[in-house]
Amino acid sequence: MTDTDGRRWHDMGGQDAGPVCADDHDFALWEKRVDALMVLCGAKGFFTVDGLRRALEDMGEDAFETMSYYERWIAAINQNLIEAGAYTLTELGERMEQIAERGPTYAAAQKAPDA
Amino acid sequence: MPEYVRVKTIMPPGHVRTPAYLRGKTGVIERALGPFSNPEQLAYALPAEKQPLYRVRFTMAELWGTAAEHPTDTLDAEIYGHWLEKI
Repeated sequence: MTDTDGRRWHDMGGQDAGPVCADDHDFALWEKRVDALMVLCGAKGFFTVDGLRRALEDMGEDAFETMSYYERWIAAINQNLIEAGAYTLTELGERMEQIAERGPTYAAAQKAPDA
Repeated sequence: MPEYVRVKTIMPPGHVRTPAYLRGKTGVIERALGPFSNPEQLAYALPAEKQPLYRVRFTMAELWGTAAEHPTDTLDAEIYGHWLEKI
Protein backbone atom coordinates (compact mmCIF):
# COMPACT_ATOMS: atom_id res chain seq x y z
CA MET A 1 0.00 0.00 0.00
CA THR A 2 1.63 3.20 -1.12
CA ASP A 3 -0.40 5.24 1.36
CA THR A 4 1.31 3.58 4.30
CA ASP A 5 4.92 3.89 3.11
CA GLY A 6 7.08 5.26 5.86
CA ARG A 7 5.21 3.62 8.72
CA ARG A 8 7.33 3.02 11.79
CA TRP A 9 8.06 -0.50 13.02
CA HIS A 10 5.72 -0.34 16.05
CA ASP A 11 2.75 0.87 14.00
CA MET A 12 1.45 -2.64 13.34
CA GLY A 13 -2.28 -2.06 12.91
CA GLY A 14 -3.72 -3.82 9.89
CA GLN A 15 -0.71 -5.99 9.24
CA ASP A 16 -0.75 -9.78 9.19
CA ALA A 17 -0.19 -11.21 12.65
CA GLY A 18 0.03 -14.60 14.33
CA PRO A 19 -2.32 -16.00 16.94
CA VAL A 20 -2.85 -14.06 20.17
CA CYS A 21 -1.42 -15.71 23.29
CA ALA A 22 -4.25 -15.86 25.82
CA ASP A 23 -2.14 -17.26 28.68
CA ASP A 24 -2.24 -15.47 32.01
CA HIS A 25 0.95 -13.68 32.91
CA ASP A 26 2.57 -13.79 36.32
CA PHE A 27 4.85 -10.90 37.16
CA ALA A 28 8.12 -10.93 39.06
CA LEU A 29 8.59 -8.52 41.95
CA TRP A 30 10.98 -6.35 39.94
CA GLU A 31 8.42 -6.08 37.15
CA LYS A 32 5.77 -4.86 39.58
CA ARG A 33 8.27 -2.33 40.86
CA VAL A 34 8.93 -1.05 37.35
CA ASP A 35 5.20 -0.57 36.89
CA ALA A 36 4.97 1.27 40.22
CA LEU A 37 7.97 3.41 39.26
CA MET A 38 6.16 4.56 36.12
CA VAL A 39 3.19 5.65 38.25
CA LEU A 40 5.52 7.59 40.54
CA CYS A 41 7.29 9.27 37.63
CA GLY A 42 3.96 10.58 36.34
CA ALA A 43 2.78 11.66 39.80
CA LYS A 44 6.01 13.55 40.44
CA GLY A 45 5.82 15.26 37.07
CA PHE A 46 9.01 13.87 35.56
CA PHE A 47 7.30 12.68 32.38
CA THR A 48 4.07 11.18 31.06
CA VAL A 49 3.04 7.94 29.39
CA ASP A 50 3.57 9.80 26.11
CA GLY A 51 7.29 10.04 26.90
CA LEU A 52 7.36 6.38 27.84
CA ARG A 53 5.80 5.41 24.52
CA ARG A 54 8.11 7.71 22.57
CA ALA A 55 11.19 6.10 24.13
CA LEU A 56 9.82 2.57 23.60
CA GLU A 57 9.19 3.32 19.94
CA ASP A 58 12.63 4.86 19.48
CA MET A 59 14.28 1.71 20.92
CA GLY A 60 13.46 0.00 17.65
CA GLU A 61 12.30 -3.39 16.52
CA ASP A 62 15.39 -5.26 17.76
CA ALA A 63 14.57 -4.29 21.35
CA PHE A 64 11.03 -5.54 20.82
CA GLU A 65 12.41 -8.95 19.81
CA THR A 66 15.22 -9.28 22.36
CA MET A 67 13.95 -7.59 25.54
CA SER A 68 10.97 -8.46 27.72
CA TYR A 69 8.09 -6.06 28.25
CA TYR A 70 9.32 -4.61 31.55
CA GLU A 71 12.96 -4.64 30.43
CA ARG A 72 11.86 -2.25 27.69
CA TRP A 73 9.85 -0.23 30.20
CA ILE A 74 12.75 0.30 32.62
CA ALA A 75 15.01 1.32 29.74
CA ALA A 76 12.40 3.82 28.53
CA ILE A 77 11.78 5.12 32.07
CA ASN A 78 15.52 5.62 32.55
CA GLN A 79 15.78 7.46 29.24
CA ASN A 80 13.02 9.86 30.30
CA LEU A 81 14.41 10.37 33.83
CA ILE A 82 17.82 11.25 32.40
CA GLU A 83 16.18 13.72 30.01
CA ALA A 84 14.11 15.18 32.88
CA GLY A 85 17.22 15.69 34.99
CA ALA A 86 16.06 13.40 37.82
CA TYR A 87 19.65 12.14 38.15
CA THR A 88 22.86 12.32 36.18
CA LEU A 89 24.48 9.47 34.30
CA THR A 90 27.37 9.57 36.77
CA GLU A 91 24.98 9.22 39.72
CA LEU A 92 23.22 6.34 37.98
CA GLY A 93 26.47 4.55 37.14
CA GLU A 94 27.84 4.88 40.66
CA ARG A 95 24.58 3.68 42.20
CA MET A 96 24.45 0.67 39.87
CA GLU A 97 27.99 -0.22 40.88
CA GLN A 98 27.19 0.05 44.61
CA ILE A 99 24.18 -2.23 44.26
CA ALA A 100 26.04 -4.74 42.10
CA GLU A 101 28.58 -5.11 44.92
CA ARG A 102 25.84 -6.48 47.19
CA GLY A 103 25.74 -9.73 45.26
CA PRO A 104 24.71 -11.33 41.99
CA THR A 105 21.05 -12.06 42.79
CA TYR A 106 18.00 -9.83 43.06
CA ALA A 107 17.52 -10.97 46.66
CA ALA A 108 21.07 -9.88 47.53
CA ALA A 109 20.52 -6.54 45.85
CA GLN A 110 17.56 -5.85 48.19
CA LYS A 111 19.81 -5.76 51.23
CA ALA A 112 21.50 -2.47 52.01
CA PRO A 113 25.10 -3.00 53.20
CA ASP A 114 24.29 -2.23 56.83
CA ALA A 115 20.97 -4.08 56.94
CA MET B 1 -25.42 16.53 8.63
CA PRO B 2 -22.51 14.08 8.69
CA GLU B 3 -19.17 15.83 8.81
CA TYR B 4 -16.68 14.06 6.58
CA VAL B 5 -12.96 14.24 7.26
CA ARG B 6 -9.83 12.84 5.69
CA VAL B 7 -6.83 11.78 7.78
CA LYS B 8 -3.61 13.47 6.70
CA THR B 9 -1.15 11.32 4.77
CA ILE B 10 1.97 12.78 6.41
CA MET B 11 4.49 10.31 7.83
CA PRO B 12 6.65 12.24 10.33
CA PRO B 13 9.30 9.99 11.94
CA GLY B 14 8.38 10.61 15.57
CA HIS B 15 5.78 9.84 18.22
CA VAL B 16 2.27 10.29 16.84
CA ARG B 17 -1.11 8.82 17.78
CA THR B 18 -2.51 8.36 14.31
CA PRO B 19 -2.10 4.80 13.05
CA ALA B 20 -0.57 4.45 9.60
CA TYR B 21 -3.45 2.34 8.28
CA LEU B 22 -5.82 5.29 8.70
CA ARG B 23 -3.74 7.87 6.89
CA GLY B 24 -5.38 9.18 3.77
CA LYS B 25 -8.68 7.50 4.69
CA THR B 26 -12.03 9.26 4.81
CA GLY B 27 -14.43 8.92 7.72
CA VAL B 28 -17.22 10.74 9.47
CA ILE B 29 -17.04 12.52 12.81
CA GLU B 30 -18.93 10.32 15.27
CA ARG B 31 -18.48 12.78 18.15
CA ALA B 32 -16.16 15.42 19.53
CA LEU B 33 -14.45 14.27 22.71
CA GLY B 34 -13.09 17.60 23.90
CA PRO B 35 -9.66 19.22 24.12
CA PHE B 36 -6.62 17.22 25.23
CA SER B 37 -2.94 18.09 25.49
CA ASN B 38 -1.14 17.21 22.26
CA PRO B 39 0.67 13.90 22.91
CA GLU B 40 3.16 14.69 20.14
CA GLN B 41 4.50 17.49 22.38
CA LEU B 42 4.04 15.69 25.72
CA ALA B 43 6.13 12.81 24.37
CA TYR B 44 9.14 15.12 24.12
CA ALA B 45 8.48 16.93 27.42
CA LEU B 46 7.50 20.08 25.54
CA PRO B 47 4.74 22.51 26.60
CA ALA B 48 1.65 20.94 25.03
CA GLU B 49 -1.17 22.87 23.43
CA LYS B 50 -4.71 21.57 23.66
CA GLN B 51 -6.00 19.85 20.55
CA PRO B 52 -9.59 18.77 19.91
CA LEU B 53 -9.93 14.99 19.90
CA TYR B 54 -12.55 13.37 17.68
CA ARG B 55 -13.99 9.91 17.39
CA VAL B 56 -13.97 9.22 13.65
CA ARG B 57 -15.93 6.37 12.07
CA PHE B 58 -14.57 4.55 9.01
CA THR B 59 -16.12 1.76 6.98
CA MET B 60 -14.15 -1.45 6.51
CA ALA B 61 -14.58 -0.95 2.76
CA GLU B 62 -12.79 2.41 3.06
CA LEU B 63 -9.93 0.92 5.10
CA TRP B 64 -9.36 -2.41 3.37
CA GLY B 65 -11.05 -2.09 -0.03
CA THR B 66 -12.07 -5.36 -1.61
CA ALA B 67 -10.20 -7.29 1.09
CA ALA B 68 -12.78 -6.21 3.67
CA GLU B 69 -14.61 -9.24 5.03
CA HIS B 70 -17.64 -7.19 6.09
CA PRO B 71 -17.45 -3.98 4.01
CA THR B 72 -20.26 -2.16 5.84
CA ASP B 73 -18.89 -2.83 9.33
CA THR B 74 -17.32 0.24 10.88
CA LEU B 75 -14.24 1.06 12.92
CA ASP B 76 -14.03 4.01 15.33
CA ALA B 77 -10.70 5.67 16.03
CA GLU B 78 -9.86 8.65 18.19
CA ILE B 79 -7.88 11.17 16.14
CA TYR B 80 -6.62 14.62 17.07
CA GLY B 81 -7.98 17.54 15.10
CA HIS B 82 -4.63 18.58 13.65
CA TRP B 83 -4.55 15.27 11.76
CA LEU B 84 -7.92 15.81 10.06
CA GLU B 85 -8.86 17.73 6.91
CA LYS B 86 -12.48 18.65 6.29
CA ILE B 87 -13.83 17.51 2.95
